Amino acid sequence: MHPAVLGIITIALGVTGCVGYFYFSNLILDTVIFPARGRHAGRNINYANMIRPWLFMLPALIALGLYLAYPVFKTLYFSLTERIPGGGNAWVGTANYEQMLKEPKFWEAMRNNMLWLIVVPALSTAFGLLVAQLTDRIRWGNIAKSLIFMPMAISFVGASVIWKLVYDTRPAEQDQIGILNALYIFFGGSEPQTWLTIPIWNNFFLMAVLVWIQTGFAMVILSAALRGIPEETVEAAIVDGAGPLQIFFKIKVPQIRATILVVWTTITITVLKVFDIVFAMTNGQWETQVLANYMFDKLFRANDWGVGSASAMVIMLLVTPILVWNVRNARKEMR
Amino acid sequence: MNNIAGSKSSLTWIVHITVAILVVLWMIPTVGLFISSFRTADQISTNGWWQALFPSEQNLTLRSAAPETQREEGGLFVIDGNLFDEGVVAKISVWGISSRAIDDYTPGQTAELRKGGTVTVQENGDYRMENSEPFTGSRGSRVFVTATQPPKFTLDNYNKMLFEKRNVDGMGKAFLNTFTVTIPATIIPILVAAFAAYALAWMDFPGRALLVAAVVGLLVVPLQLALIPLLKFHQDIGIGKGYLGVWLAHTGFGLPLAIYLLRNYMAGLPRDIIENARVDGATDFQIFVKLILPLSFPALASFAIFQFLWTWNDLLVAKVFLIDATGQTTVMTARIIELLGTRGGNWEILATAAFVSIAVPLGVFFAMQKYLVRGLLAGSVK
Repeated sequence: MHPAVLGIITIALGVTGCVGYFYFSNLILDTVIFPARGRHAGRNINYANMIRPWLFMLPALIALGLYLAYPVFKTLYFSLTERIPGGGNAWVGTANYEQMLKEPKFWEAMRNNMLWLIVVPALSTAFGLLVAQLTDRIRWGNIAKSLIFMPMAISFVGASVIWKLVYDTRPAEQDQIGILNALYIFFGGSEPQTWLTIPIWNNFFLMAVLVWIQTGFAMVILSAALRGIPEETVEAAIVDGAGPLQIFFKIKVPQIRATILVVWTTITITVLKVFDIVFAMTNGQWETQVLANYMFDKLFRANDWGVGSASAMVIMLLVTPILVWNVRNARKEMR
Repeated sequence: MNNIAGSKSSLTWIVHITVAILVVLWMIPTVGLFISSFRTADQISTNGWWQALFPSEQNLTLRSAAPETQREEGGLFVIDGNLFDEGVVAKISVWGISSRAIDDYTPGQTAELRKGGTVTVQENGDYRMENSEPFTGSRGSRVFVTATQPPKFTLDNYNKMLFEKRNVDGMGKAFLNTFTVTIPATIIPILVAAFAAYALAWMDFPGRALLVAAVVGLLVVPLQLALIPLLKFHQDIGIGKGYLGVWLAHTGFGLPLAIYLLRNYMAGLPRDIIENARVDGATDFQIFVKLILPLSFPALASFAIFQFLWTWNDLLVAKVFLIDATGQTTVMTARIIELLGTRGGNWEILATAAFVSIAVPLGVFFAMQKYLVRGLLAGSVK
């Protein structure tokens, strides 16, 4: 059977299954288990209303538990064990972590990830803020925003191909077809460079891809925040004789500090998970390894679940402060 | 006052120019690949895509027709025709018959061929070879020309990548596979999440706040952690690698955002409507289906776009849960990665493949940008 047909059947089955579950479980609850009639009608309605929320949430809870919560603990378990040939796992304590900490590739990935964590959120937020502020004042601002926002729709893989052409290198005697080398030669560079193989710097060429994608995100959020600033504060500053730069840095930025932080942390999380760009452009060669790609390497190339899971736990550990901060904020808001 | 007005207008100019520069900077990479996807392999490798928009001067090695096409004309053996392929319009500035002297002659001049006979080449590529004896050999003579060609674009690359059945690099199958992954993986989490979000927003039960906090927490859990445990789980229950597995995985990974977005939106709906409905005797199920779902359309649309973009653009989940050794179920992102490995230098293939996969999300993006922006604003945890 063609997979597309299979897909349509699955959609039909999945959708009717879901709707059927919700409808019939609700029906059974109301008519069979706790019918709202007879001697205990009132009590039954109360019972039914106590159970109904859990009925509505059950599929979601199962999926969340199974696909997100359980794997965290299972990965922790894998990181502390070693696979025995023939099946099963043996407890090895922290041996996987020790082995990982001894690998230079791991430290290279850590160093690069730290670079990514500093550069990408900072540049994306800065560019996003700049574009948000500038486009606010001009008539074609919305078109400009739309175009800068566009890379958000492009896959990391697609973006990697796009940027590989930018970084392309031809032998010196030929015309360069990568625009970066063409510009480099035009402005007096002697030899065309293979940008992605120059250690340390190549990391920045990879980061450019993510900055290019994430700037649109930062811009959209920050632009909304800038619009939310009360007019009076800006007007008061103008009356007091503040220049445009002063208004921006001393009046506007402090008022949207909370939003900037949100943008920053959101991009930070994206950076920690970044895998596709490195995988597609260098696959961690020439000292461009990052944690997510290191983990993929360990899991699916070296088939080493122990060390792979250990490095996944490192990513989890790095995300945890943001997780805690988010949860605390959410709880504050609920109250 | 004059002073202020003056400084303001110059500042406006700076703003206009800065934004224009940023937009150009952001567009250039995409435009470059886009233009490249409409050029032939030869064109891409001879010069940069930015030169494709202007007439370009190229050195070409062309060949006359083979001696077997010669005919006799008043005692002379003649071969004639046009050096360029049919449909090519070009202007020759100089030409030659030796690779060491490619600019010896100007159009209209006649050159002596080494094997005997003469050749005359015109500006438009028309040539005429004459010889008193028959031309010999199996191939035509080489002619080196420097020609200016107008910009030329072709749809051949797309034709080849999408519709040519025998093309091993083709994207047609991967395109269908991507759709097969994406549509159920977008629809199913919406349904599951909508019910849960309603319960979390409008039904009162102990532990509700805790569950909302848990969803916020799960929002940032890296899906990298889920790969091995879930792959093992899928194998244990007999799903293995396949569509069902990837649909389930995308559903699970998409749920926190779906529940979070929908709950926030539903919680903001006016209390009166829902309470009036309750007073009128509507059950929770009726309220949900007849009131909440239609009212929540903007939030549902926002999440649908997110999930669609995310599943369409995904590489990691498909690689782990879907694509098996046979490669029959490969998706476009994975296909492009393969092409990067095997066809690294063939930009006409890579550019076209990339744009085939980018086109759909870009269409969705421009058509539904409003909902995407709305979703982003609601989705970033405050």
